[in-house]
Amino acid sequence: MKRFIPYLVLALGLFVILKSLLPSQADPDFDLEGFSNLPILANGRIKPLDTVGRTTLLTIQGRQAVYLADGSKITPNRWLLDALFRAEIADTYRTFKIENLEALALVGQTDETLKREYDSMTARFMAVLGFLPSRHSRFSFEQLDPYLAEIDRQGGLAIELEPAQRNPFQRAVLKLRNNLVLYQQLKHSMILPEEHDFLTLLQELQENYGAGIAAVRARANEEEHDEALAAQMIDAGQIFLRMDNLAFMFPLPPLGEDTSDHLWQKTGKALLESFQTGMVNPYAMAYAGLGRAWREQSPVTFNTIVELYSTQLNTKFTEQMSKANAERRFNDAAPFYTSLLIYIFVFLIAITSWLVWPEALQKSAYWLLILAWVATTVGILTRMWLEGRPPVTNLYSSALFVGWGCVGLCIILEKIFPNGIGSTAGGLTGFATMIVAHQLSLTGDTLEMMRAVLDSNFWLATHVIIITIGYSATFLSGFLAVIYLFRGIFTKSLDKDTAKSLERMVYGIVCFAALFSLVGTILGGIWADQSWGRFWGWDPKENGALLIVIWNAIILHARWGGLARTRGIMALAIFGNIVTSWSWFGTNMLGVGLHSYGFMDEAFKALVVFVVINLLIIALAYLPANKWRSANRLKSA
Amino acid sequence: MNELFKAFVKFFSSLRLTVVLLSVSMILIFVATLAQVELGIYGVQGKFFRSFFVLANIPGTQVPFPVFPGGYLVGGFLLINLLAAHFTRFKAKWSKAGIQFTHIGLIVLLVGELLIGLLQEDFSLRLAEGESRGYSESFRRNELVLIDKSQPDFDEVVAIPESTVADLEPVQSGKLPFRVVTKAYYPNANIGMLNSMPEGTDVSGLAPNSSTEGIGPRLGVSPLPLSFNDEERNLPTALVELVGTEGSMGTWLVSPMLVAPQTFNYAGKEWQISFRFQREYKPFTVELKELKHDVYAGSNIPKNFSSLVQVRANDGSEDRESLIWMNHPLRYQGYTFYQYQMDSANGFSVLQVVRNPGRALPYIACILMTIGLLWQFISHLVKFARRRKA
Repeated sequence: MKRFIPYLVLALGLFVILKSLLPSQADPDFDLEGFSNLPILANGRIKPLDTVGRTTLLTIQGRQAVYLADGSKITPNRWLLDALFRAEIADTYRTFKIENLEALALVGQTDETLKREYDSMTARFMAVLGFLPSRHSRFSFEQLDPYLAEIDRQGGLAIELEPAQRNPFQRAVLKLRNNLVLYQQLKHSMILPEEHDFLTLLQELQENYGAGIAAVRARANEEEHDEALAAQMIDAGQIFLRMDNLAFMFPLPPLGEDTSDHLWQKTGKALLESFQTGMVNPYAMAYAGLGRAWREQSPVTFNTIVELYSTQLNTKFTEQMSKANAERRFNDAAPFYTSLLIYIFVFLIAITSWLVWPEALQKSAYWLLILAWVATTVGILTRMWLEGRPPVTNLYSSALFVGWGCVGLCIILEKIFPNGIGSTAGGLTGFATMIVAHQLSLTGDTLEMMRAVLDSNFWLATHVIIITIGYSATFLSGFLAVIYLFRGIFTKSLDKDTAKSLERMVYGIVCFAALFSLVGTILGGIWADQSWGRFWGWDPKENGALLIVIWNAIILHARWGGLARTRGIMALAIFGNIVTSWSWFGTNMLGVGLHSYGFMDEAFKALVVFVVINLLIIALAYLPANKWRSANRLKSA
Repeated sequence: MNELFKAFVKFFSSLRLTVVLLSVSMILIFVATLAQVELGIYGVQGKFFRSFFVLANIPGTQVPFPVFPGGYLVGGFLLINLLAAHFTRFKAKWSKAGIQFTHIGLIVLLVGELLIGLLQEDFSLRLAEGESRGYSESFRRNELVLIDKSQPDFDEVVAIPESTVADLEPVQSGKLPFRVVTKAYYPNANIGMLNSMPEGTDVSGLAPNSSTEGIGPRLGVSPLPLSFNDEERNLPTALVELVGTEGSMGTWLVSPMLVAPQTFNYAGKEWQISFRFQREYKPFTVELKELKHDVYAGSNIPKNFSSLVQVRANDGSEDRESLIWMNHPLRYQGYTFYQYQMDSANGFSVLQVVRNPGRALPYIACILMTIGLLWQFISHLVKFARRRKA
């Protein structure tokens, strides 16, 4: 029986992965998949509407699904369609997250209004325990509407300050203002939200162009003219101008032969141009048609337009369409979320293996770890292909890659020392880094364009990758040391052999970390010399990398000089966690220098907590040896 | 004596010292990184790394007091420690070759960083489109210049460094027919036309202005605190009196903010006086032919900055075109030109010009360390594999 456990676990893991590949947003009536496939240009790259919906929701409300008042939820695609074409309905969805108390007061919320009522007894009980939220933290545009002027004023005051000088209220209100602007921009992408029958407007325009333009000309020359027609034209012009000013997205592909990215157009701009060409942009017309079909909830029309539009794009924009399609599938499969789930199980199975069924469970954990790692790898490779870049291009992707590196090293460790330690560390670090990555994804589209200064695939592929592997290894040695202490102090499972192999693992990984962080730091120096004229500039990120190198050197020299024994080395390795987290995130929070590309202030709290926890664990290491539960097993062989 | 010497060597070559020094350097680097928020990267380099001691004022006074070893001291001790360890423990064994190469590389790196700190010079070269320049300007230093314009073919320039001006030292030189006496100096100050200041401006906040000549009497000087922001430049103002054989010729107000030089006549010659960014003349000129600032489609994210320049040597030995863009500098006559800043709306580009004679050292260090580390890593791997087989 026990023999089959690993196979069973592996099959379950495979099932989870295969299930994630199935479409999750399918709709029986509307071809939402086809719609979310449609490519648009925003922030420098062509992406599917699917990405726009998901990243906008992540930015404004911190999650992708939208929950309605009755507890049901709608998918990002439906929300996007409502925001684009039925703004008056989207305005009622609670999609703006506000947590700061002063900011909540600013938008008229009191303890009374914030309180969440649950009907069922169980739900109320869960809310008291903290498993369900007891307060509202998301609000609809409609709720915020009366306070827009004040939010704008407060945000305007906050924006004058340097990011580091803003207080929590100012940060919250500025974020709210940005989110509201983002939402307004989105609403003006395809139609004018107040103009409920945009398609008719365009159709009338199309019919009356000749006469209409003549009327406007005549009016300008103070000649006889059809006043109503001239007024209609001028009104339309102002609508398009407003859309052009407010929208940020470029949804319309170029009409001519030249299909380069910079020829994509905003709807407003393209419609303004129709006054010169005498023809309404057909793509704008298609989106207006989609809008009406969605407003009227008419699946047949909707699906026909999606179909026609996609077919047309497929011939001329084959590559963009297939990439958009791949990106939508990638979003839908969410490989990093799936691997996060599997990493949790790896960790649980691996630690259980120290109590029961060591062989079967260790094998299960090991196989599952490999499976999750492969899923992460495929995810990273897909991102690389979509972006045309090496794996690490921003903080988000660095978190993915640190996780990938840690787990990769753990697989090797588990292969060499098959005792469940590698799998435990792999499950833990994989899970932790995926959580960090998720938190970092809340700032918007994670496939960003590279800023000019950092635009060098060669250095991104060498310096950045090697230094990131250095981070991975330093973290890993720290986590291994934590496992050593926890097993020794809290369980009786740490015998002499396990202790020895853990010691060797930590030493090996520290050597590896020292090598990679040193080489990575030096390569960074060479990049800086090649690109900016100085090998070393004492920039915070450079200093951070140097700290990791020095720290690993300290551990190695302390061991070679006999200054620290096992317990000391373990404590030093755990301090490596602190040094690495400082270098990875802390330095970015200073807002100084070339590398401060990812300023985030909310992460500061998390960093402090992480540092404190590690310091506590280090303190724990100095518990007298006879207080350790494994004390006896460590003494005797 | 011998015993003492031995104890000395033992102390300096010990691993314990290495660990202590490495720990001290970590603290130094960490604190210096935090200090960058206040002092800026450049300010921190001087205070923490290019110094023997980190100084702080005794509370309530202006008396500096060493609080922590500085970069020179820690680096110096590390160097001694490395060298001592090598001389005492050196063994010509293959198994130690990796460690030895790595450490020699480290020595080169430390020495290199010291030399670079002492020898590297960087300047900025700001060019408008179509403009040609034969000099670059210092990022931080300024100079007071007096120019004899009487010769038709060339100008006779006497440059006085800012430090001399700052010390209020009178300058007398064979090249000048008058003495230069600095009456006041403000390391960072704003100047503005008195008549264009808004009604009711508090004039008492302005520094006393004793100037009598040029544009000076019409200006108000408001001293500012020194800025440590790496993006901002301190702009000094000085009041300079020129004294000829027959007494004072008047006092001029000078500042790099006044771009146009002030002109006066003395003993039948035309002179110019100005306080400007310190210049370094080059044996060649650089002309900016075209600048480009590309953004990603549908965004404001910069994709590339590039400057197309023509480099002409004064002796006619070189006349070529070169494209400078991100990550692709131009190297010429020991100088490296990097794309530094750009304002495409106003049509100018700023290149950073660096001369660094010690540039090769980090590369040599890298090669040595790479060899050492690879050696070490591979030999360990081989050992490990053998042991597992056994």
